[in-house]
Amino acid sequence: MRGDPLDYGRCWPLRLLLAATLAFLYLPLVVLVAFSFNAGRRVTVWRGFSLEWYERLVRNPELLAALGNSLVVASFATLLSLLLGTLAALALWRFRFPGRIGLERGLALPILVPEICLGVAFLVFFARVVPWPTGLPWPLSLGAIVLAHTSFLFPFVAILVRARLESFNPELEEAARDLGAGTWRALQDVVLPHLKPALLASALLAFTLSLDDFVITFFTAGPDTVTFPVKVYAMVRFSVTPEVNAVSTLLLALTALLAWVGVRLQARLGGRPS
Amino acid sequence: MRGRTDWRREAGPFLALIGLPLAWFLLLILVPLGAVWALSFAINTGVASIEVTGTLANYARTLEPTYLGILLKSLALAGLATLVSLGLGFPVALAIAFAPPPWRTPLLVAVTLPFWTNLLIRTYALMAVLRDEGLVNRVVAALAPDLAPLPLLYHDVAVVVGLVYVHLPFMVLPIFAALDRMDRSLIEASLDLGAGPLATIRHVVLPLAGPGIRAGVLLTFVPALGSYLVPDLLGGPGSQMIANVIERQFRRADDWPFGAALAFVLVYLTLLALALLAPRRPAARA
Repeated sequence: MRGDPLDYGRCWPLRLLLAATLAFLYLPLVVLVAFSFNAGRRVTVWRGFSLEWYERLVRNPELLAALGNSLVVASFATLLSLLLGTLAALALWRFRFPGRIGLERGLALPILVPEICLGVAFLVFFARVVPWPTGLPWPLSLGAIVLAHTSFLFPFVAILVRARLESFNPELEEAARDLGAGTWRALQDVVLPHLKPALLASALLAFTLSLDDFVITFFTAGPDTVTFPVKVYAMVRFSVTPEVNAVSTLLLALTALLAWVGVRLQARLGGRPS
Repeated sequence: MRGRTDWRREAGPFLALIGLPLAWFLLLILVPLGAVWALSFAINTGVASIEVTGTLANYARTLEPTYLGILLKSLALAGLATLVSLGLGFPVALAIAFAPPPWRTPLLVAVTLPFWTNLLIRTYALMAVLRDEGLVNRVVAALAPDLAPLPLLYHDVAVVVGLVYVHLPFMVLPIFAALDRMDRSLIEASLDLGAGPLATIRHVVLPLAGPGIRAGVLLTFVPALGSYLVPDLLGGPGSQMIANVIERQFRRADDWPFGAALAFVLVYLTLLALALLAPRRPAARA
């Protein structure tokens, strides 16, 4: 039967290519995880199962400190970018003002401009324009990184929240106002609940992107404010050992956990329309 | 169509909403980028002093053969990676779009999932596979024992493979979205009228997937052009891309004005790619 449009799905070269692509995407990661449990020093020859490299990690204070830094930076940057992104989205959605289009386009800059350019921009900014004081106590010493991360994250939040606002029924807000709610009250009680799924998705995206970021942090981090990817980068450059594999496996597990929590929460929000 | 309220009618709430994000945008996005832009017209006057003179010498230097070569090489590597991603991504998106319905979402998630994992880790994973004693060479050695290990790593090939590996989800997703929206009866009509499956792809599916392909090409090419980690870790001394040269000017050579000019050449190239490829209608926003 030739008339079936599902023919493309049954076509074996396509299926083979799909399988090969998935193998291409996942095989390196599988190999990486597998060799984190290798007993030998090499990352290519299997010498039996061992947790040796994970034990080493736990005893590596620099790496643990870097992981701590990354989690602190990601948490603060996520909170700040949720706040800024939501405010920006609400203002752009709700009001007509001179420069609205310009601001909307401008907010796309951190998404469009290559990471390396943002990285050097923050390097110049924190070195020349507004020098970030050194020697601050932790976690204030991470401030420059948090500010830089927030700058490239909050436009993503603004876009996601804006997209969600498009599906908001403005009559609901009008009804609230007819019933006597002021602008704030209406935003808080009617608009914000509608935004919940977008806020959750934004938080997940922001946290993951912050945790993932290497290039921008590389230019903003000082010797005492090394984040996890910057530390892992130094390890990768220095040597390829199963220890790096173990670190990477832990980070993969953390990301998977985050995604799982996000999907669960999203399902719960979706199942109960507000 | 809901009208927007003029800000003067509710000035208080408006200023409360816009104040913080606007201030942040100006101070922490525009000022840093503006500072680099200003630097690109400056000269080094001493060890640590820089003077903005409005000179174009830094931009002129980006056109010297060494740097022009790196610029062209970056465009070529990113372009090649985009082509390979398209060649791979289109059939993959097609296979997913026409897979049996219960398979569609899991397959889509499977293609997207790597995007959520750390870029550095994905690059490192690829390093281990491409090394002389890596997985690929061990398979090659098993098939052809006489062959010397293929020098895959620290080579332009590794950079292109790495760029494809990292950006493939960005190619597949928009093409899938376009194919998913497509009216299937058009394909049926084409097949009923006697066109073969390949002719149908060429004359019906490809044009309909056009906006998705443009978006995919844009989303792959732009980040590939500005890649730092992939050429840094997978490339050899000869496969450095523009981002690596920028990094060197800022962190090692300490020639900030020249680095700033290179950074803005990259920004201009990005904006040019956007102008050429960006969807005309906001409906096709990625």
